[in-house]
Amino acid sequence: MSKIIASAAIRGAHNIVDKADKKWKEAMEKWGANEPVGFPNTAYYLPIIFGISGMKVEKLGDMEAVLKKCKALLPPPVKEQHHLPYLGPVLDAGMIAFWAEEMLEAIRYLETPDFYVKGEDVTDNNIWLGAADDIIMRKRGVEFVDGTAPGFAAILGAAPTPEIAKNIAEELQKKNLYVFMAGSHNGEKFSEQLVKAGVQIGWGTRLVSFGPDTSATVFAIGFATRAAISFGGIEPGDYRKILIYNKDRVFAFAMTMGDVTDEWYANGAGAINWGFPIIADTPIPQILPTGITTYEHVVSNVPHDEIVNKAIEVRGLKVNVTEIPIPIAFGPAFEGERVRGDDIYLEAGGGRTHMVEWVTSKQMDEVEDGKVEVIGPELADIKVGSRLPLAIAVEIAGRQMQDDYEPILERQIHHLINYAQGVMHIGQRDIAWLRISKQAVEKGFKLEHIGTILHAKLHQDFGRIFDKLQVKIYTKEEDVNKIIEKAREVYRHRDERIEGMTDESVETYYSCTLCQSFAPSHVCVISPERTGLCGSYNWMDCKAAFEINPTGPNQPVEKGDVIDAKLGQWKGVNEFVTKASRGKIDHYNFYSIVKDPMTTCGCCEAIAAVLPGCNGVMTVNRDYTGETPCGMKFTTLAGTIGGGLSTPGFVGHGKYNTTQRKFVAAEGGLLRMVWMPKILKEEIGERFTARAKELGVPDLLDKVADETVGVTEDTILPFLQEKGHPALTMDPILD
Amino acid sequence: MPEEKQAKSIDKATLEMLDKAAEEGIATVFDRAEKMKPCPIGADGSCCKNCAMGPCRVPLAKGKEETPEEKKARVGVCGATAETISARNFARMIAAGSASHSDHGRRVIEAFKLMAEGKTKDFEIKDEQKLLKLALDMGVEIGNRSNNEIALDIANKCENEFGKQEGELLFIKNAPIKRQEIWRNLGVVPRGIDREIVELMHRTHMGVDQDYRNLMLQGTRAALADGWGGSMIATEIQDCMFGTPSPVLSEINLGVLKEDMVNLVIHGHEPALAEMLAVVSQEPEMVKYAESKGAKGINLAGMCCTANEILMRHGVPIAGNFLQQELAIVTGALDAMVVDVQCIMQGIKEVASCFHTKIITTDNRAKMTGAEYMAFDEHNPKESARAIVRAAIDNYTKRGKNVRIPNIKQPLIAGFSHETISYLLGGLFRASYRPLNDNIINGRIRGLAGVVGCNNARTTHDSGHIAMIKELIKNDVLVLSTGCGAMAAAKAGLMVPEAAKKYCGEGLAEICETVGIPPVLHMGACVDNSRILIAATAVVKDGGLGDDISDLPAAGAAPEWMSEKAIAIGQYFVASGVYTVFGTTWPTSGSKEFTNHLFKDMEEMYGGKWDFQPDPVQAAQLMIAHIDKKRKALGIDKARERVLYDMDMRRELEG
Repeated sequence: MSKIIASAAIRGAHNIVDKADKKWKEAMEKWGANEPVGFPNTAYYLPIIFGISGMKVEKLGDMEAVLKKCKALLPPPVKEQHHLPYLGPVLDAGMIAFWAEEMLEAIRYLETPDFYVKGEDVTDNNIWLGAADDIIMRKRGVEFVDGTAPGFAAILGAAPTPEIAKNIAEELQKKNLYVFMAGSHNGEKFSEQLVKAGVQIGWGTRLVSFGPDTSATVFAIGFATRAAISFGGIEPGDYRKILIYNKDRVFAFAMTMGDVTDEWYANGAGAINWGFPIIADTPIPQILPTGITTYEHVVSNVPHDEIVNKAIEVRGLKVNVTEIPIPIAFGPAFEGERVRGDDIYLEAGGGRTHMVEWVTSKQMDEVEDGKVEVIGPELADIKVGSRLPLAIAVEIAGRQMQDDYEPILERQIHHLINYAQGVMHIGQRDIAWLRISKQAVEKGFKLEHIGTILHAKLHQDFGRIFDKLQVKIYTKEEDVNKIIEKAREVYRHRDERIEGMTDESVETYYSCTLCQSFAPSHVCVISPERTGLCGSYNWMDCKAAFEINPTGPNQPVEKGDVIDAKLGQWKGVNEFVTKASRGKIDHYNFYSIVKDPMTTCGCCEAIAAVLPGCNGVMTVNRDYTGETPCGMKFTTLAGTIGGGLSTPGFVGHGKYNTTQRKFVAAEGGLLRMVWMPKILKEEIGERFTARAKELGVPDLLDKVADETVGVTEDTILPFLQEKGHPALTMDPILD
Repeated sequence: MPEEKQAKSIDKATLEMLDKAAEEGIATVFDRAEKMKPCPIGADGSCCKNCAMGPCRVPLAKGKEETPEEKKARVGVCGATAETISARNFARMIAAGSASHSDHGRRVIEAFKLMAEGKTKDFEIKDEQKLLKLALDMGVEIGNRSNNEIALDIANKCENEFGKQEGELLFIKNAPIKRQEIWRNLGVVPRGIDREIVELMHRTHMGVDQDYRNLMLQGTRAALADGWGGSMIATEIQDCMFGTPSPVLSEINLGVLKEDMVNLVIHGHEPALAEMLAVVSQEPEMVKYAESKGAKGINLAGMCCTANEILMRHGVPIAGNFLQQELAIVTGALDAMVVDVQCIMQGIKEVASCFHTKIITTDNRAKMTGAEYMAFDEHNPKESARAIVRAAIDNYTKRGKNVRIPNIKQPLIAGFSHETISYLLGGLFRASYRPLNDNIINGRIRGLAGVVGCNNARTTHDSGHIAMIKELIKNDVLVLSTGCGAMAAAKAGLMVPEAAKKYCGEGLAEICETVGIPPVLHMGACVDNSRILIAATAVVKDGGLGDDISDLPAAGAAPEWMSEKAIAIGQYFVASGVYTVFGTTWPTSGSKEFTNHLFKDMEEMYGGKWDFQPDPVQAAQLMIAHIDKKRKALGIDKARERVLYDMDMRRELEG
């Protein structure tokens, strides 16, 4: 700290705590101690207070103890002359400033329930998103875990002009970073500046407008704190580990835009506890010695056109970005952006026209690397608001290329095209859907650039498995229809092959330790019939990933001797897991939910739980926020079993895995399924019924209860009995 | 002789009082030092009076190379060589030094035990955290037991450390693993504190251990029994009972005495009585009593290491360091000087006789002919303290007219315990030595130096400390200090944060500004040098700077040493792997061979070694050269590239 910063931060913390104290007293008078308080749909209470101190704030009255602790920890002001050492005290002051701000925000949720919008998207009337609920935290957290998002920038204040704000935001987006925005400067707010400059904000574009006040910073820090608990498996209250986890693994930093107030300094001091440095655009004192953060603590007076690069350097972050030679910005941050109504220049697929995407292998001499052909009308040839049929055929050749890799490459097309700013892509294969915005076309975007993107990115990520790649883009009806016909034949062929693959048919499984950056003791082992629990990786993906990067997070695991065929346990797998989990887990079973089930990092798509009273299992997907018959919401379940633990009676799994043949096979498989949320039933219904048919109960899905039947075992049991659910007559699930 | 022209002190308050003493015809330590030169044979360690066949003198002829015949002839009546004689004298200094710190530690344990047994109500556990940490370290059960039950077990274990015959001292385990192994391999791990001192006394008796190498192994063992034994026990238990120090602002120098108040100076080394005086001197009845005698209140100030103890824990001001003890009396404003043990010059009695000042001895181990003895009863500490304060108050009315208090005092920040440093570097939630290590690695801090020890009337008072410290901090070396050296630094204004900009190199100044610390950290009394050992170990454990204390870019010094305790401290620092340089005079100069053993061989044995350099600036340069050597060995002598992390690197991080 510098003395100026220390003095200001401690003053700021005093102000914030005083404000919280006053606000709390008013709220107590109005609502009373028993009034529930908290952030929406979260199992982590007020997450900073919970994570750091272990204190659960559930009711207004619970805040009394927190405030008491805040006051006890508030350091005295820094004396002008012969002051006492301040680094330790000022870090404490920053921490309790966050606690006080969390309480302020929680009281705001109580007083003005509509102050923040719900969900991931802003509306025309309200751009303030408030606390990320656990669905968002987990969904977005996965991106932090797998590296799609290397970190986040927490921005306080506002840029001098909307244009500068836009440039900074775009640069951060191009570096794949999330941008968490709070506070104001001279009445201006960074988020509002972005809206003014015509930038789409919201979780989808990684431009997260948390709130208009400085105190909304706690939503960013709370997000980071929850990441440590849910993905890092750290116990709430183990403050030291949570903070060090963030310093080492969550590559976040704060940027102050505008005059730094005492309260900002307090928030900055707080952020430094997490190892997040502060980059300022104003000439405040710098703190260059290292220690609490990895490199400098405070770097100031950075020009706006250098601030993003400076920030990532100070945070010690390496972002690997390939420049794609197209006239629009490109990166994962633009994936969630939408193209709507009047903004649409071209639309293809989506039931309006035919559209198809197809990756196919060719002989070496049939492919000219980098060639992109548009066969039929280009964007310049059509009018605004047009529709075209579209086929994207990617032709690949290479010595290492195998047919099995085609679908893997094909699956990349969706997000790669979506990464382009102003281009929206949905679906895949012959149900793809594309929209290109006017803004993109104005900047010079052409259909040809789709080929440029695919060539550059597929080479970058999968260059080891092919040598040459060319792209043909067809926009004439008859060409498109021809491609669709060929492609459908291939799709059918592929599906049959995948369907036919069994765990017994291979000797090698693949590990996935992609999320060890966040969950150091968790290790997935993926077999053909047990896809990754995050839903992102199946056996074939891992196999290809290993070919591409032999020292990467997907390693072959020789099954070795069978220890238990029914439970799904192998000697080779156990040995691997012991080593890869750094000794934390020495064995688990692939096919059982009751006996030492597989671990989860916390980013699973769904969690199954035993319902002993119904003699079956239930499963709940991440997107369902309601209660479930096991007594826990998804988020509580994930909090309980995440972080690399093996918890008998519970298992995390991918949604797709529900209908794979080995799903809880040790307990009887899918026939045990007695409850699922309605949305999940709808999503996987078709495959569910197909599998149920194989099991001889074609109407099984109708016998499975959902929330409309009940969310307790007692209320669903009569339903199961009435429907004659097969689980009821199976062996007791627990011995 | 240069001493004739040499200034007596660099401290203005001292000089002012020396003038006053001269005006009034009062002789002090400074005058006696001029009158009586040190015995040149004894100063070199060449006098043996360990038996009645001697004393034998075996001085080394100065100014010429000694021939082999001359060397052969340089033996005592019994045939003991100059090496043996020099080593025996040196070893006996270690024994006396270790005995002093350890007996201090023993007294602390006795008081702690009385407290734990409920036999005295005036002492209590002030730092529960530290008590529990000690319990864990020592394998004492915590469970649902009361603090006193836990404390009693700890007291018994500590007590046992003194009389233990076999095994290893418990706190040896506080050292880095590699260091423990070095000690075990050399066979110098202390078994029991008393045993090592007794054995050392035995082995230096006439006709016992006459191989200096073998003798110094035991010398080391006794020294380690001090640093990692008696001293460490004293510090740790004092922290439990009186509180672990945390940063506090206070004042130092004779100017803290007050003309209109009862001035009571507590002088010596142990904190128990001083703690009680600090409490009872603020009791309303006591203050009222003082007022009834015409005083405005009671002004308690400290001197020497007792002062450091209550400064560190309560911010009680300090009147001065070792060479100022008589001068506090010379002010004419001192109503009582209360003393416990160690470094109390008998000269104070004579000086006091020129004034109304009462000299009150309080410890049955340390009485003084002609001084009043008022026992400090540890069963009834507060009552004893009250009696002493009353005696001081009663004496206030007898104050003479000839009062002159120098208007000189300096503010200082003290209270840097090992725990506090860790807290200051990261706050409650991130406390660690990481920022210190980081900035040593990146070179903002070049290294660490412990500048400790006494004053010595043979050299200009405080000058060695200040010249050395200024040279070090100018070169970005962070200085840790204890004892009278710390007081010298404080008086020179080096213990306020403002000193950083004024005196430090750019890198160190930046660190001081970041943490808000002065460039010289006051770590307590001389017994608290154990804090430096623990801090050094914590630095090692935090990583990046090797795996032993001897790997650290660090050095130690006692530029104005005089006490046998300093030699014991020096030896345990050397044996803990620290390069340690002494000033003023060197007590083994009579034997080149033995001196060579200390200055060279020991580096191979322990990684640390002794050195002697009377010029403080040159001594500082030696320390810096050693620090640079260690930086080079660690590969941190060059600027490091910034490492940027991508996801693969993050996955590689240990969980």
